[in-house]
Amino acid sequence: MSKILVWVEHDNAAIKDATLAAVTAASQIGEVHLLVAGSGCAAAGHAASQIVGIAKVYVADDVAYANALAENVAPLIVGLMSHHDAFVAPATSNGKNIAPRVAALLDVMQISDILSVDGPKTFTRPTYAGNAIATVESSDAKLVITVRGTAFIKAAPEGGSAPIEAVVGSGDAGLSSFVAAEIALSERPELTSAKVIVAGGRALKDADTFQATIFPLADTLGAAVGASRAAVDAGYVPNDYQIGQTGKIVAPDVYIAIGISGAIQHLAGMKDSGTIIAIDKDEDAPIFQIADLGLVADLFDAVPRLTHTLQEKK
Amino acid sequence: MKILVPVKRVIDYNVKPRIKADGTGVDLANVKMSMNPFDEIAVEEAIRLKEKGVASEVVAVSVGPAKAQETLRTALAMGADRAILVQTDDAVEPLAVAKILKGIADEEQPGLVILGKQAIDDDCNQTGQMLAALMGRPQGTFASEVACEDEHLLVTREVDGGFESVRLALPAVVTTDLRLNEPRYASLPNIMKAKSKPLATKSPTDYGVDTAPRLKTVKVSEPPVRQAGIKVPDVDTLVAKLKELGVA
Repeated sequence: MSKILVWVEHDNAAIKDATLAAVTAASQIGEVHLLVAGSGCAAAGHAASQIVGIAKVYVADDVAYANALAENVAPLIVGLMSHHDAFVAPATSNGKNIAPRVAALLDVMQISDILSVDGPKTFTRPTYAGNAIATVESSDAKLVITVRGTAFIKAAPEGGSAPIEAVVGSGDAGLSSFVAAEIALSERPELTSAKVIVAGGRALKDADTFQATIFPLADTLGAAVGASRAAVDAGYVPNDYQIGQTGKIVAPDVYIAIGISGAIQHLAGMKDSGTIIAIDKDEDAPIFQIADLGLVADLFDAVPRLTHTLQEKK
Repeated sequence: MKILVPVKRVIDYNVKPRIKADGTGVDLANVKMSMNPFDEIAVEEAIRLKEKGVASEVVAVSVGPAKAQETLRTALAMGADRAILVQTDDAVEPLAVAKILKGIADEEQPGLVILGKQAIDDDCNQTGQMLAALMGRPQGTFASEVACEDEHLLVTREVDGGFESVRLALPAVVTTDLRLNEPRYASLPNIMKAKSKPLATKSPTDYGVDTAPRLKTVKVSEPPVRQAGIKVPDVDTLVAKLKELGVA
């Protein structure tokens, strides 16, 4: 049976959700081994060993692996790949940064952002902003794959008890160093794992109006907040709110699009949502062609009333 | 410092792709083609670094068919100094493109390579990282800000939760995200001037690269189509529907 190495994204304590989806994809290819690389990451290693369906967990604890710098982590992975048949990473910003570096070092053509496993070396993946789904078959001896988190169910995070093995890599490659991170802290759920998302578009006018209109509705529903590229480019919200081809890919149970016309690149990031609800005053907006529920209305009137009505019913 | 800017000719971002009836790919006959938007941002950034006096020369490179010359002329009109076309009619995968670019980097010895984080046709998001690996150099992917400090490059990256900054030893590879800059439009005089700028034509074999694909496309199909649902007349009906969905 082939052995699959999955790179685990973690914060030294807990495992990120996207990794659990990558584990599910990997388990459809072969026996799953995990790599937890970090600095002071023993707790994350322990958490990884409890994921259901894991045969082994490698833990590489070194300051050089603290911030998932691709220059340092890729050689560690390449070393472990001498006894693995495939490398799998979640298609998160870190996964997308590291995996192609591994692929090139292994002389393998990576298969990005897979949606399904169709055979031992056959996968589907989105191209052209999700407008064309390609089925591809690899002829490489080893595989390097990134996994779209919304396309696979998450592996159960507890119930397993895989053995943990410490591994040592070559550490700091001396090419790059981490300077700082500006990570927005929010009480709201994370976009990529939220059950409900309220997203706003350019029609929200400015940053203050966006906040005053979108945030109360999101908080009433316990939802995450997202935005179209137009709203992010206009500076209404920071870049990490962006949903679309080049932003985040989401598939919540309920997606509420407000003042979003529905450009192709936005739809690419949310069209796999369970129920799509759209509120926009332009009844010809493309978003209504894919929305399950559409309300043609002035959002500045409809959204506050919606928020108010929902609050009253609570 | 010399900057190398790889650019790709792709379907124009405003065009909705149509899948060929036989399911072998996307129909690109008579479709408007343009420079990949992320690569336009890369060209702009390189030119700005030259205008700031950080870079001395900007060399645009493309791997593709003869018509990719047009894409390179666009880069020259924006302000690149010269161009190299590695001409091939075959579809070249990111790994092979990275190998060709490695060959060019060996010859040109750039201090910096800037390219788009992803092409909007294959959506692979690989070439920059692969090139950095083959060169044995650091990578600043998904850049929203680039600053040169002595022998280092400070790159602000767009990551899942916000921003992250890294310090890279030069030479380095940077891939651009959307908000790095707003690319300029080439002026008519510059478009005319670009026609006489040097454009060298090479082939993948000049760099000893085998471009045979590693991935076989079994088929290309339409994604499942979402049907339009219903329109609700007012907020109260919408609230009732939300209740049915269990979210309110």
